[in-house]
Amino acid sequence: MSPDVISADAPILGIETSCDETAAALVCGGRTVLSSVVSSQVDLHARFGGVVPEIASRAHLDLIIPIVAESVVSSGLSDSDIAAVGATYGPGLVGSLLVGVSAGKALALAWGVPFVAVNHLEAHLYASLLEDPDLEFPLVVLLVSGGHTMIVRMDGPGVYEILGQTLDDAAGEAFDKVARFLGLGYPGGPAIDRLAMSGDPAAINFPRAMLDDGYDFSFSGLKTSVINWVRKHPEVEAVDVAASFQQAVVDVLVAKARRAAHDTGARGLAIGGGVAANSQLRESFLDVCVRDDIRGFLPSREMCTDNAAMVAAAAWYRLNLDGPSPLDTGAFPNLALA
Amino acid sequence: MIQARTTSSDETAALAAAVAELAGAGDLIVLSGDLGAGKTAFAKGFGAALGVSEPITSPTFTLVREYVGRMKLYHLDVYRLEQIEEALDLGLAELLDDDAVTLIEWGDAILPALPPDYLEVRLELGESDDDRVIEVSLIGRAWAARSVVVGRALQRWSSC
Repeated sequence: MSPDVISADAPILGIETSCDETAAALVCGGRTVLSSVVSSQVDLHARFGGVVPEIASRAHLDLIIPIVAESVVSSGLSDSDIAAVGATYGPGLVGSLLVGVSAGKALALAWGVPFVAVNHLEAHLYASLLEDPDLEFPLVVLLVSGGHTMIVRMDGPGVYEILGQTLDDAAGEAFDKVARFLGLGYPGGPAIDRLAMSGDPAAINFPRAMLDDGYDFSFSGLKTSVINWVRKHPEVEAVDVAASFQQAVVDVLVAKARRAAHDTGARGLAIGGGVAANSQLRESFLDVCVRDDIRGFLPSREMCTDNAAMVAAAAWYRLNLDGPSPLDTGAFPNLALA
Repeated sequence: MIQARTTSSDETAALAAAVAELAGAGDLIVLSGDLGAGKTAFAKGFGAALGVSEPITSPTFTLVREYVGRMKLYHLDVYRLEQIEEALDLGLAELLDDDAVTLIEWGDAILPALPPDYLEVRLELGESDDDRVIEVSLIGRAWAARSVVVGRALQRWSSC
């Protein structure tokens, strides 16, 4: 579809159901957010210590229609104003993705508008641009969540290169697993963040894996080090373990993002994904941007975590680049970014 | 049961490579044991020995990852699964029917949903930080028939 078919300020409905958030949003022209509704299932999954796939897909099924309806009503538009529907089709949990993809395709068909399949990782890249339209390319984005850890260079909408990614566990997964080991419950990120505030980040010198080695990450060994340390020092204060572990993760993430921005001559450095809500990471990230005199951007916590506004924004760019997606598009749990 | 000991994650990966050498299409290998005991190191060594060139990353988020080496490899993590029905939802039977070797982490939770034949690899933390005790059990008749081959492959690391 050529850009003249979809107007520059066309309202697009975005749908996001890749993991444990059911979300819908209306965004005009990939930039102006009219509404963004997120219903988290965190409470449902907390007692299991993590997302339970079957529970997640059933909850998405119950929530999807009310959430979409709420996003339309609170945008002040009516169904007939919506120019296209975008939905996340991967990566994520297959059962959860299918709920959003099916709902998106059905709505697009019923309304007679284009359907756009959106890559969840690509959507995270647009989250920063939604809140700061003045960000200039090339942009280096550090994307850190429960399922992903990567550094991406973005040269423009739809043009990006993965500079590095995790070779084993995602950073958020390390938070979840260490939290589970420490008996802190789920989700692990906020629990460790809170505990770390009263601990000493220099109490234990946990390893910073691959710190000076390329842009790839490895967090599996850090998890093992934490477990070994606690086994050997049962008297250690949990607050110090949390603070020291968090510091080790943050040091590696920030050092690599900083180096990537420097090496590629980026004009801006942005951060995205659920782990970007971590206070220590936010603080270190801003500190480095100030020291290196690089334009840094930290999206709001709402925009870092899974939401549908970023999906609607990505859908607008995708629609202009590639046109609509076929209505037989399925869910791709292991979809890659590029 | 074969008991083996390793003293580094590289050695755990080497043991996994030895297991991969004798694995064939349709084989199921179940990895169990504590958090941090080396399931990741095992999976990496196993994948590399199968000729998988991309990094074997944690399947915790999407539950199943698929790789291609000298044969297909399915890598599953059922850490978050609480119920047998969920294991069935993953299409485990279809994966095992495929021309692939399947590696499942945290298999204990879904033991009742598993087929009668599989190789169980239980990794436990040893005395010092990098020591691991690895117990390999051959479950079912088909694996029992391969006990000599498995025993020979793991001889380097077995204690007796």
